[in-house]
Amino acid sequence: MASGSNIPVYRRRSGFFGGLYESVGDLGSYVLNGFETLGDMTLFAMRTFSWLMTRLPRRDTLFANMYQIGVLSLPVVALTGTFIGMVLAVQSFTQFRAFGLETQLGGVINKSMFRELGPVLAATMLAGRVGSAMAAELGTMRVTEQIDALASMGANPIQYLVVPRFLSCLLLIPSLTIMAVFMGVVGGAGYCIFILGIDMQHYTSNAQKFVENWDLLYGVVKSIFFGATIGLVSCYRGFHCEPGAEGVGSAATTAFVQSFVVIIVLDLFLSIFLDEVYMAIWPASPMLFSS
Amino acid sequence: MVAAEPIIEMNHLSVRFGRQTVLRDIRLSVSPGEALAIIGESGCGKTVLLKTLIGLIRPTQGHVMFAGQRVDQLTEKELAQERTRFGFVFQNAALFDSMTIAENILFPLRQHRSKQKAQHEREMLDLLAEVGLPTSVLSKHPAELSGGMRKRVGLARALVMHPEVLLYDEPTTGLDPIVSDVINELMMRTRSNYQVTSIIVTHDMKTARKVADRVVMLYPLSRLQADEPQVIFDGSPSEIDQATDRRVSQFVRGEAGDRLMEMNEPQTTA
Repeated sequence: MASGSNIPVYRRRSGFFGGLYESVGDLGSYVLNGFETLGDMTLFAMRTFSWLMTRLPRRDTLFANMYQIGVLSLPVVALTGTFIGMVLAVQSFTQFRAFGLETQLGGVINKSMFRELGPVLAATMLAGRVGSAMAAELGTMRVTEQIDALASMGANPIQYLVVPRFLSCLLLIPSLTIMAVFMGVVGGAGYCIFILGIDMQHYTSNAQKFVENWDLLYGVVKSIFFGATIGLVSCYRGFHCEPGAEGVGSAATTAFVQSFVVIIVLDLFLSIFLDEVYMAIWPASPMLFSS
Repeated sequence: MVAAEPIIEMNHLSVRFGRQTVLRDIRLSVSPGEALAIIGESGCGKTVLLKTLIGLIRPTQGHVMFAGQRVDQLTEKELAQERTRFGFVFQNAALFDSMTIAENILFPLRQHRSKQKAQHEREMLDLLAEVGLPTSVLSKHPAELSGGMRKRVGLARALVMHPEVLLYDEPTTGLDPIVSDVINELMMRTRSNYQVTSIIVTHDMKTARKVADRVVMLYPLSRLQADEPQVIFDGSPSEIDQATDRRVSQFVRGEAGDRLMEMNEPQTTA
């Protein structure tokens, strides 16, 4: 007769060798889990792309997500962009004034906003606002069996839930980045001209001289990748949420942290790649302060 | 008399999550029109069994046959089509929070049928009357309804595609005795009106006795020896009261028995 004593309960080994044994086991387990998650995430992304190519989401579902991701993020992104521009002006002014180069601040602020700070900080802000919300929403749907309910009714959860969110991130995060950059440029210019008293004509002419269409494209290309990252990582985390309130909280946090890490790593590689592309197309282009 | 071909068959079905085996070597068949109750204590794999039937969980070993087709071998697209022949009433109804009750009920129709909106709405109103809900709930969101009402909406949503098999996961859990009985009556009425095969996962013996023709009891693998079968009872509701297996009678009577001792004994390990 079976009884309760048959329930196996794993007890960790103690002592020096026991601890060593457990540590090696834990490390192996982390590595294996890491590879498993990476593989699983890749399959998840492939399924999302495959559904994106096969069948576009319903217009009402897509627009509802676009409203949540795009329209509702506008104020926070605009505010972030404005303050980043102003902070850049504050931080750079003293250094530039020491060399008598304060009229060149516009070039530095704009170049930084277009290429780096605009895309990265907008993406970070959106990973927090949009990514965590998506992970928490999908996580709640997972733990309350709403995702299973969708599948049980013959709907594909990836097609119905992930594709509209992914597409909204892919299309609207670059748009929000352009907005953040614009507000940063305006904020920086406003601070330099109206508060620091830099001559407007010199400021704007220098600002225009150092910024090219390529810089805008540079930021937009980055933000497309960042948008895709936020969409995929957050949806994946929501879909693989552990049960309970703690699981949902953890999914939201992990979605933000992982999106942020991937954004930073991607930023490095995209910067290297895009600079190489630039140098290949325009090898003799003017650099900042070269003229 | 020749017995009808089973509509659902599970052969040597096993399901494992990582290192934990939840179902082991399950052999079970369900005849068309039958009402089968699957009972057992929490964590014995009842819900997993239900989800494996419609391919939400893939079996680790063995297979599930539905109407002569192997469910586990279907592609995602085929599976999606096949699932329209099932209705699933989830434990907490699993209604979509972001949608109104009307949108919830119409969801399967909008996914699979291109009929006129007016016809969809007529079907929805018929179903709402069938499950005994007023039309005033249609514009509400799931959070605004009581547990019993949500279960009824879940049943209406499960019925909207006119399924051949209805799967109920703990339909009366969390409801008061009166609402539980209403749900039991609804399950019986649905079965006779729609001629559906019903599989009811429950640990409510009253539901099992009232609604089912046949009761199957699963036992948690953690309490079984490697050679013991996981299905420890398979018979009619009247036979379960005479079961000689102490584990079955203990469950039916709702007695803790020797489990009380486990609270005092530390469980040791490997």
